[in-house]
Amino acid sequence: MQRSKNDVWVGLFVVIGALAMVFLALQSANLLSLSFQSTYRVTAKFDNVGGLKPKSAVRSGGVVVGRVEGITFDDKTFQARVALALENRYAFPKDSSLKILTSGLLGEQYIGMEAGADAANLVAGDTISATQSAVVLENLISQFLYSKAADGPAPDKDKK
Amino acid sequence: MSWYQPSEIGFAVRCKLADIGRGARLFVKLLTLMGASFKRFGLVRDQIHFLGNYSLAIITVSGLFVGFVLGLQGYYTLQRYGSSEALGLLVALSLVRELGPVITALLFAGRAGTSLTAEIGLMRAGEQLSAMEMMAVDPVQRILAPRFWAGVITMPLLAAVFSAVGIIGGWAVGVWMIGIDAGAFWSQMQGGVDVWNDVGNGVIKSVVFGFTVTFIALQQGFEAQPTPDGVARATTRTVVVSSLSVLGLDFILTAMMFTI
Repeated sequence: MQRSKNDVWVGLFVVIGALAMVFLALQSANLLSLSFQSTYRVTAKFDNVGGLKPKSAVRSGGVVVGRVEGITFDDKTFQARVALALENRYAFPKDSSLKILTSGLLGEQYIGMEAGADAANLVAGDTISATQSAVVLENLISQFLYSKAADGPAPDKDKK
Repeated sequence: MSWYQPSEIGFAVRCKLADIGRGARLFVKLLTLMGASFKRFGLVRDQIHFLGNYSLAIITVSGLFVGFVLGLQGYYTLQRYGSSEALGLLVALSLVRELGPVITALLFAGRAGTSLTAEIGLMRAGEQLSAMEMMAVDPVQRILAPRFWAGVITMPLLAAVFSAVGIIGGWAVGVWMIGIDAGAFWSQMQGGVDVWNDVGNGVIKSVVFGFTVTFIALQQGFEAQPTPDGVARATTRTVVVSSLSVLGLDFILTAMMFTI
C-alpha cells in the first residue's frame, strides 16, 4: 500500500481516540480494580436486605473482601438469601456475622462482615445465619413513635 | 388539491416504499463492501483523515465546555442534598451514557455529514458518478464505501474523545473552581461507573450513530437532484434527518440497554 503524509495524522487521531477509550475505562470506570481473584461462595440469610444490590461490596474492617453475587427470596423461611463471593485469600471464622450498612447518609448499601472467634473457617457452600438486617427508616420511626406512646402522655411542662 | 384521491395516495406510498427499498439496498451493499474497502485502506485512511482529524477540534472544544457546564450545573443541584462529592459520578455517567455519543453524533452530522452530502451531491450534479459508471468503476465501491466505513470507524473514537475531555472539564470545574476533594471526585466516579454497562454501552451507541449519520449523509448525497438547488436541499435534509434519527435511536437504545 502507498504511504502518504496523511498516515501520521490518521495514526495520531486513532491513537488519541484509543487513549480516550482507555482513559474512560481505567480512570472513570476503574477497570483495574475489578478483582480477578478467585472466590468462594457462601450464602447468608437476611430478614431484610433493604437497598442491597448484586455487586454490592462486602467489607471487613472497611476493606472490600468480596461482592454480593445474587439475591433471591426463600419462600420456606420467608427470608432473603444473599449469595456472597468472598476472595480466596481471605479466610473468616465460621461464626462471623454480617450487617447491612450504608456508606454515608445517602450512600449505597454494603455488607459489613465482623469476624467471629470460631477456630474453623468458612468454606464454600456455608451459610451464615448471624445477620443483622438493613435499617428501614419507616420501622425506626414507628418504633420511636410507639415507644413515645408507651411512655404515656407527655409531661405537661409546656402548659400555660 | 387532490391528495385525498386514492390514486395519489397509492402513488405516494409506492414512491416511499421505493425510496426505502433503494435505501435498504444501498445500506446492504455498503455493508457487504466492507472487505473491499479495507483491502484498499488508503481510501478509507484519507476519509478518516478528512472526517476524523478535522472534526477533532470542534469535538474537543465542545466536550470541554459541556464538561464545564455539567460541572457547574451538577454542583448546583447536588450541593442542595449535601452530596457534592458525587459530582464526578454525575458528570461521568451523563457524558459516557448519553451526552458523549449523542452530541458527538449531532456535531458529526453538522461537521462531517454535510460535507459528505455536498461532495457526493456535486459529484452527481457534475456527472462524475455517471462517468465512473461508464468506465466500469462502481461509484458505490469507489466513492461511497470508503467514506461509509471511515465514518463508522471515526464516530466511536470521536465520542470517546468527547467523553474523556468532558470528564476532564468537569474535573477542572469541580476540583479547581469549586474545590471538591479530588479523591472523592474520582472515587465516587469509579465506584459508580461500570466498564461494560456504562462505557461499553456508550461505545455501542456511538457505533450505531456512526452507521446512522454516515449512511444518511451518503444516501442523501447519492440521491440528490443533480442541481445546485437539489444539493442544497439534500445537505439540509442530511442535518435534519440524521439529527432526528440520532435522537430517536438514542431513546430506543437507552430503553433497550438500561432498562432490561
